[in-house]
This record gives sequence, C-alpha cells and structure tokens, in this order.
Amino acid sequence: MTPKTLEATVRGETAFSVFMRNNLAIIAGLVVMCVLLSLSTDSFLTSSNIMSMLRQISTNAFLTLAMMLCIIIGGIDIGLGAYVALSGTVTAVMITNHGQSIPAAILFGLLSGALCGLANGLFIAYVHVPAFIATMAMMNVARGAAYLATNAEPIRVRDRDFAAIGIGRFHQVPLPIIYTIVGVIAMALFLNKTRLGRYIYSVGGNLTAARYSGVNIKAVQIVVHVVAGVLAAFAGIVLAARMYSGQPAVAQGYELDAVAASVLGGISLTGGAGSVVSAMIGVLIIGVLQNGLNLMNINSFWQIIAKGLVILIAVSADMLRNRDK
Amino acid sequence: MEETPALEMRNVHKRFPGVYALDSARLKVRRGEVHALVGENGAGKSTLIKVLGGIYPSDGGEIYVYGERADIADVRDAQRLGISIIHQELLLVPQMSVADNIFLGSAPGRYGYVDRRDQVRRAQAVIDDLGLPINAAGLVCTLSVAQQQLVEIIKAISFNAKIIVMDEPTSSLSSNEAKILFGIIRRLKEQGVAIIYISHRMEELFAVTDRVTVMRDGKTIDTLVTSQTTADEAIRLMVGRELSDYYVRTDFPKGDVVLQVERLGKEGVFSDISFELRKGEILGFAGLVGAGRTELMTAIFGVEPYDSGVIRVNGREVRIHAPGDAMKAGIALVPESRKEQGLVLKNTVGFNMTLTVLKEFIAWLRVNRRRERLIMDEYRNRFSIRTPSYQQIISNLSGGNQQKVVVSKWLAAKPAVLILDEPTRGIDVGAKSEIYSIINDLTLGDMAIIMVSSEMQEVMAMSDRICVMGDGRIKTVLDKRDFSQEEILAHAIGGIAQ
Repeated sequence: MTPKTLEATVRGETAFSVFMRNNLAIIAGLVVMCVLLSLSTDSFLTSSNIMSMLRQISTNAFLTLAMMLCIIIGGIDIGLGAYVALSGTVTAVMITNHGQSIPAAILFGLLSGALCGLANGLFIAYVHVPAFIATMAMMNVARGAAYLATNAEPIRVRDRDFAAIGIGRFHQVPLPIIYTIVGVIAMALFLNKTRLGRYIYSVGGNLTAARYSGVNIKAVQIVVHVVAGVLAAFAGIVLAARMYSGQPAVAQGYELDAVAASVLGGISLTGGAGSVVSAMIGVLIIGVLQNGLNLMNINSFWQIIAKGLVILIAVSADMLRNRDK
Repeated sequence: MEETPALEMRNVHKRFPGVYALDSARLKVRRGEVHALVGENGAGKSTLIKVLGGIYPSDGGEIYVYGERADIADVRDAQRLGISIIHQELLLVPQMSVADNIFLGSAPGRYGYVDRRDQVRRAQAVIDDLGLPINAAGLVCTLSVAQQQLVEIIKAISFNAKIIVMDEPTSSLSSNEAKILFGIIRRLKEQGVAIIYISHRMEELFAVTDRVTVMRDGKTIDTLVTSQTTADEAIRLMVGRELSDYYVRTDFPKGDVVLQVERLGKEGVFSDISFELRKGEILGFAGLVGAGRTELMTAIFGVEPYDSGVIRVNGREVRIHAPGDAMKAGIALVPESRKEQGLVLKNTVGFNMTLTVLKEFIAWLRVNRRRERLIMDEYRNRFSIRTPSYQQIISNLSGGNQQKVVVSKWLAAKPAVLILDEPTRGIDVGAKSEIYSIINDLTLGDMAIIMVSSEMQEVMAMSDRICVMGDGRIKTVLDKRDFSQEEILAHAIGGIAQ
C-alpha cells in the first residue's frame, strides 16, 4: 500500500526537484539568513566579504567532507581537529627544523593524517572498537604528538612559497576556495560514481547485508578513515600556510563544527545516507551565521550560543517534517 | 441471545495519505476463542491490530471490549482494557533477566523499590506453570530466539490480558516449540482469553484456530468457521481469485554434480556434513530451529567460515573464507532474514538489486547507466517486481517484492549454486506461489538449489531430496518417494535408531 502513495510523488520527478524537496528547509534557511544579513549590514554582500567568508569556511568544508564519510558508514571521527593541528605542525617542523623541501614536508603532513586514520580504521575494523572511542583516543594521541613535536610552541615558517599555499589567489579567488571546490567535486564523484562509494553507503545502511553481499567491510572502514585523516591533514596544512606557522593548539573543537554541518546538511547520524551537496549547505549555514554575527559585532560568546540554537532548530524542523510523512 | 463478544470492532476506517488502509473493517472475537486474522500483506491486518493496540488512532468506527464502548487513544489505554499484542519483532531488553523483562513497565513493589527476588519467584511460577524450561533469573540474551519468543508470550500472559494478539508467533519457532506454544494457547483459551492469531502458515491456522476472518484491501471479506472450511477456500478469499497451482515443481532428470561438500565441520556448531547437489536439483534442508541448518549455509557461503572439510564446485576444490570467495566460486545465498541480512532498507530498489554486481557496470568513475538499467530491467520483468521506480526506497515495497529483489540481487551474480534460507518467510500466499514458480524455473535452467525451510509442506513439495538435520549433523537424506511429515520429524527429533 505504501508504494502507491509514493508513486504519485516520485515518478516523473527529476533528481534536482527531489534534491530541492529534501533540502528545502535548509536552503530556505540559508537564503533567509543571507537576505536578512544583506539588509541589515552594508558589508555582507561585498565581494571581499564573501571571499573572506568562503576562505574561512574552507577548513570546515574539508573537515565536513571527512566527517560525513565517517558518519555515512555509521561511525564518526572526533579526532579531525587534532589531525589538523598535527599535520600543520609536522609540516612546519619538517620545513623549519629539518630543512625539508615543501613538497616533502607536505607529504609528511598528509602522512601524519593518513596514519591517524589508518590506526582508527584498523582498530574499528579488526578490534571492533566503537568509532567514537577509537577516534577519541586518536584525538588525544594526535594532539599530544603535535605539542611534543613543537615543544608546545608555534613553529614559524618563513618560506614565502609555503605561505602562498594558504594566502595565494587564482584570478582573484583565494586558493582555499579553489581547493574546496575541487574537494567537493571529487568527493561527490567518489560517492556517486565509484563502486567503493556504493559500498560505503551499503556498509552504513546495513552492515550485515553488505557483508552478505560480498562487500569487504574492513577495507571500506579502513579506507574511509584513512581518507578522512588525509582530508583533515590537508586542511591543517592550508591552515598552517595561512598562519605562516604550525601551531599545536589550533582547531580545538573543529570536529564538532563538522558534525554540526553534517547534521544541518541532513546526513543521517545512523549512517547509510547523505549527500555531499547538502552537507556543504550545512557548512555554508554555519559560515554565514558566524560571518553575519561578526559583521553585526555580536559578542563571540553569544555567537556560540547562536550556533547551538541554529543546530537545534534545524534538526527539530527536519524531525517534525519527517514525522508528518 | 448471543453472548457479548470479547471484542468487537465495527466499521473501522483508517486512511494514510493516498491509501485507504482500512475501509469499514469489522472483527468480532468471542470469549475463549482463537480467532485467525488472515490476508495478504497490505490487506490491513496489521493496521487493524495497530488501531486495536492504540498505536494508530482510527479515523472512524467503534470498538467494544466485553460489550463496552472503548476509546483507545494510546498504548496504555489498550493495556488497561486488557489488550496485549505480541509483535513479530522481539521487543525484549537483551541485557536484562527474563523476570525483569516480564515485569518491565509493571514492576511490582512500592515507592519504586523493585523486589527482584519476589519478581523472579513470581515469573518462575508462571513459567513452570506452562512447563517451559526457562530460568526466570537468566539473561534474555543467553536465550535462543525461540525461547525469547516464548518470553514475549509469557509477558503478555502475566499481564492478565483478556485479549491477546499474536502476530506471526511461530515465525522463529521450530515445530516442537510451536507445539509448546499451541499448548499455551489451548490453556489460555480454557481460561476464557480471546486470542487473535495472525499467521501466513495455513497448517497452523487449521491446527489451532476456531474461526478465521479474511481481510483484503482494507475490508473484512468474511468470517469462516475453521472446521467447516479449507485452506483453498481461505486462500481464494484472501487473494480474490483461484490459485491454480500453489506449489510449482516440474519433474525432470537432473544433470551433473555441481556441489560436493565433504566432512564439513565447525567446532561446536556442526560436524561431519557431507552431501552432493546436482544441476537442476532442489535439495531441501529440514530440521528444528537450532539444528544447525542456517549455520551450515552461512559457513558454506563464508560468512562464518567452517574449520574442517572440503567444498568442491564442479569438481574443483574451493576455499571459502568470506562471502566474496563463495561468490567467485559460484555460490550465492539468499539469507534467512530479508531485513537484517538481505537488504539495505533505507536505500533504493536499484541500489539493492545491483549491489552484488557493481563490477559489471562501474569502472572507476564511469557508471554505465545503460548496462545498469539492463540488469535491473531483466529481473524486474522476469519476476514482475512491483515497484514504481528503481529510485523507490525499498522498505516501501511489500515483503514479497522485497524478497524478489533479494533473489534478483543474487541471481544477477549468475551463481551455479543458489542457497535459499527460508525463502518464503513472512510473505503472503500470492507472493509465495510466485517464488515457488521462480525457483522451479531456475532449476529448469540448470541451477542447483539448496532450500532450507521450516515449513514442512513447502520443503516436501519443492525438494527432490531432503536432508534432515539435527544437533549439527545430517541425520538422514530422504528421496522424494519417502517424504512424509512423520518421517522427517522423527529424524529431526532423533527418535529413530539408526
């Protein structure tokens, strides 16, 4: 009987209109926020503000790509912020203290994230440590390692070429925005166009059924966590370049912004569902909110409260909408 | 004058957006009566029960409990009226004891203090009274699924329920355990409890029920006296047409041996399993729940690998450590539980249908949509899977159609050996007949099939030979001419000296 009801709505709809229907609430929320901000401030709609806002959210965009992968397979990675700090400091230490070339240093930085992810993946896949616990442990390890590697002090990088990675522009567009666009497209292709992408959805949707279908669950879990670690590490390197230094204390709590963006973007916390584009809308909402409150000179403690309330409202709206179905 | 019925539901209506789930449904159950409620999936049985249990509010109609107008707005209202529903899914807390579960929600004692010892004593009294071998202090997670099912039933009884609804209570019970259940039902009946019994298994309905109410398309079609009707008549009313051949099985000579299993064993689970399977053959596996049939099949398929013995496919030895190995060797398994092992319920029909064969149309970043479509169309047409589109979320399909998707998904992998574990569990009669016909067609195309089934008539009608398992061993292998329910049961229980 139920198929009949859905037949009327599903048949003949384009992928775009289905997407719009599923994401109507958050898209509307984003538009309303933008309209309000452009009316109430002079500076919101200027291209320099938009550019700087997009540049600022690029870190969260990468962490959200990483987080959504982990959430889709039914897990989470709460160590992402720590890998940002670790890879930034590792890269800086390699350049400044060990005289490594920039590409080699970047490779070490990415490797640090990959190793964190690999360890997570191995413990989750083979020892069945819950993802929350495994990644919480790794968060401590990575953060501690970042402090150790730097003696808890920022490591300055004087190399202009390295800084260019974070502050350079391509035809007026800050490079981090370019990275984000490339990352988002690559992730969308990965999830929608590859076998592994479908396996990822199947593992999160029903692990047992995936196993019975011949999907190599362990491989999927390990790959997802390694990719997540590398994405976070990349964000860390770009951040370090922007700050001309590797700082062990950066990115505290960034993983929670990534969870928030994923949730706002409708990624199901039970796994198995979620799209890259809607997660990015979640990233934009958080970015616009932060930017707008800054422009309106609102106390940063109020900003934290506002962020919490927006998440609660958005998720509640989604729950209520689904209940009506 | 007729005695007031225990329960009467009159002109119950329930609409969901776009669907008329209940259209003037009626149900009248007498005191001390076992009343079967039958119909195909989607006929409105479960909606009617959910209205009765206060899970869905109705959109019209009246309910009378012992002649009094009842207003059931939520689950607690229903409980207060003495209505207890035993759901098909187990709703027990696995980490708590049997007694804790039985008294969950109605814990005895004052000031919130729970006297556990007293609780265990009282629970054990109820259990002993029913003659069940269950320890009230034991943790639920240490019990078998069948025993857990019995705990659910005890829980309902301990409520002093006056009206008990059992939704497919035997779906995970062996025939022996089902007998215990039927004993319990008879006793409840003597105590004047009214029982509404939902099941797809015709044999059971005729064994335990007094009357049968048939539903179709949200309407009550008729109420029959069980002893004055036949399974055929009930089925005809359910589907609204004649089912000419329910079981479909063509007799034809079988081909070469495809699968050889020799002395397969797994410590503490099964041992010394040897059998052969030929092209076009259906080898049935009968036995009680816990006999090791499912465990054997999941081992052959590599989900829980075996630790000794040899498997040969087409004469070549294969080593199977994971489902992927089995797939490569040409073995496929349609698992026991469609929802838990067969499907990714929150994803689409298309996603599920092709999960086993993504290699055939995805290479790196290229998705060959035409090829994908071709695979999906092939099985959709062949099995007439009824779905509005491949983008439909699969949990919205009926059980029968879901099962056809699971079968499709495995046939798409083009196996030489197809293992079917309880292929018709929980699907309605119409869909069952379709599945039988699909299975028969497959064997005509030379596929070798293993069919594990707890439904005696099904396994006897479809199989060419039957392996009877008990205690993790094959007790005997029967040829078609020796099939009889008594013979199979006797071997399964182990009463016959070899």
